[in-house]
Amino acid sequence: MTPLVSIENVDMRYGGPDGTLAVSGLNLKINRGEFIAVVGPSGCGKSTLMKLTTGLHIPQSGVVIVGNEQVTKPVSIVGMAFQNPTMFPWRTTLENILLPLEIVERHRHRLRRHKAEYVAKAEKLLETVGLKGFGDKYPWQLSGGMQQRANLCRALIHEPELLMLDEPFGALDAFTREELWCVIRDLHATQDVTIVLVTHDLRESVFLADKVVVMSARPGRVISENVVPFERPRQLELLYDPAFNEMVQRLHGEIATARSAA
Amino acid sequence: MSTNPSASRPPFKINWVRLAPLLYTIGLFVIWEIGVRLSGLPHTILPTPTRIFEAIVQYWSPIWKNSMQTLYTTVLGFLIAVVAGLGIGLFIGWSKTIYAGLYPIMVGFNAIPKVALVPILVIWFGIGTVPAVLTAFLISFFPIVVNVATGLATIEPETEDVLRALGAKKLDIMLKVGIPRSMPYFFGSLKVAITLAFVGSVVSETVASNNGLGQMMASAQSNFNVPLVFAGLLMLAVEGIAMYALMAWVEKRMTGWAHRSTMAH
Ligand SMILES: Nc1ncnc2c1ncn2[C@@H]1O[C@H](COP(=O)(O)OP(=O)(O)OP(=O)(O)O)[C@@H](O)[C@H]1O
Ligand SMILES: [Mg+2]
Repeated sequence: MTPLVSIENVDMRYGGPDGTLAVSGLNLKINRGEFIAVVGPSGCGKSTLMKLTTGLHIPQSGVVIVGNEQVTKPVSIVGMAFQNPTMFPWRTTLENILLPLEIVERHRHRLRRHKAEYVAKAEKLLETVGLKGFGDKYPWQLSGGMQQRANLCRALIHEPELLMLDEPFGALDAFTREELWCVIRDLHATQDVTIVLVTHDLRESVFLADKVVVMSARPGRVISENVVPFERPRQLELLYDPAFNEMVQRLHGEIATARSAA
Repeated sequence: MSTNPSASRPPFKINWVRLAPLLYTIGLFVIWEIGVRLSGLPHTILPTPTRIFEAIVQYWSPIWKNSMQTLYTTVLGFLIAVVAGLGIGLFIGWSKTIYAGLYPIMVGFNAIPKVALVPILVIWFGIGTVPAVLTAFLISFFPIVVNVATGLATIEPETEDVLRALGAKKLDIMLKVGIPRSMPYFFGSLKVAITLAFVGSVVSETVASNNGLGQMMASAQSNFNVPLVFAGLLMLAVEGIAMYALMAWVEKRMTGWAHRSTMAH
């Protein structure tokens, strides 16, 4: 089976020839249906990896292939939750969540006639992330964590084949976070979706992913790929399993080494 | 700040901030009146406010007629400037290349004193309403163009990325982000533009018209009727404040999201 995403020997430099070399010699393959978590020290190029995959940035050297095609412009099969919640302040939360439907080819022609159906779906999503009744509020009337959850809904609404989540739970309390882990876990279990999750929370990465990818300090490249051995479906009790903690610790050590190597 | 509910305030407390504009205006007139009276300046140099109000009552009919004419030319020129400014602003902001290429030309155009154009307009269109409208238009459309174009040119790349990641076309980005995002800039510029439009129409009326406040003041001046000149100025100030307030209100109505702190209730 050819991988859904294939990143081959990619270099990406920001701001011209003398700019910051963000990633260098980056190699990664992601199979269809896989759940990948990407971890690594801050500033190592994780967000850059996400933007390269979605075609928001085009690498200076190397190739990125998504769904058998080389990426030369933004690809349309993805749903992306950006690291900073980028809700549009002139739209209500609900309108923000419906935004992808106004753009994505598959939905935009159906939107007007099936509006009610889509609104119901958006409200269902809001409910799952604990934002029931906040649809008609403006984003700036929500807290940081609430915006982040709305941001997640926007990435999900159009049921993308490839879901890219850049630290989607960073601003949440431990309980809400665990709730949303289960939401994402169930989404991955029930739907045919490939997920890439960037996170700083190693427990999150081990709990959710099939494979944890560790990146080196900047310029980032993949230093190890760790298959997570735990059976699915995983329950939250797994977090207290010795084997689970052992794996978290091992990853922790690896990142510590990567940081000091820089 | 209007955030604390007024119910929690003691009912007898006077809202000095709201009253301030009125009190300061009255204060200005009082000081003016006293100053002129004490110094004994003749009203052919600086008339007292009471003398000016007298003139307003005395010449009410021509003042009203000319005020309406000036308001008409100003608003018409301003409306053309709004339509043209919005269109050209969106066009310039559409691409970085167009922005880079046209911006210096616009700046150069704006540097030309518009008074200098009035004679040309008179040659083309004769004296009267048309040059006044056009001068109001020419002088007020630049801030609108610049603001709209700047609003478009300064969109944060992150905001654009949200749409680009969905495979959006340039037109989608323009409609979903560009235009809403530049609206606060656009509506903000209307306040500046309407004030400038008055400058344009009055300048043109002063040199090339048979009616309007500009022409009325020019002829009053040549008759040494200084109180009437000041009456004209006062009418202009009133019209200017009224239109400015209207634009401020429109701005607030249309782009409430950009004034979020005052909206939070
Ligand atoms: N738009 C940009 N212009 C210039 N340099 C950039 C830009 N974006 C990122 N960089 C640089 O590229 C490097 C990688 O950035 P990136 O955002 O990918 O890091 P990250 O791994 O996502 O970090 P974090 O975990 O803190 O989010 C950083 O050193 C940063 O300085
Ligand atoms: Mg990042």
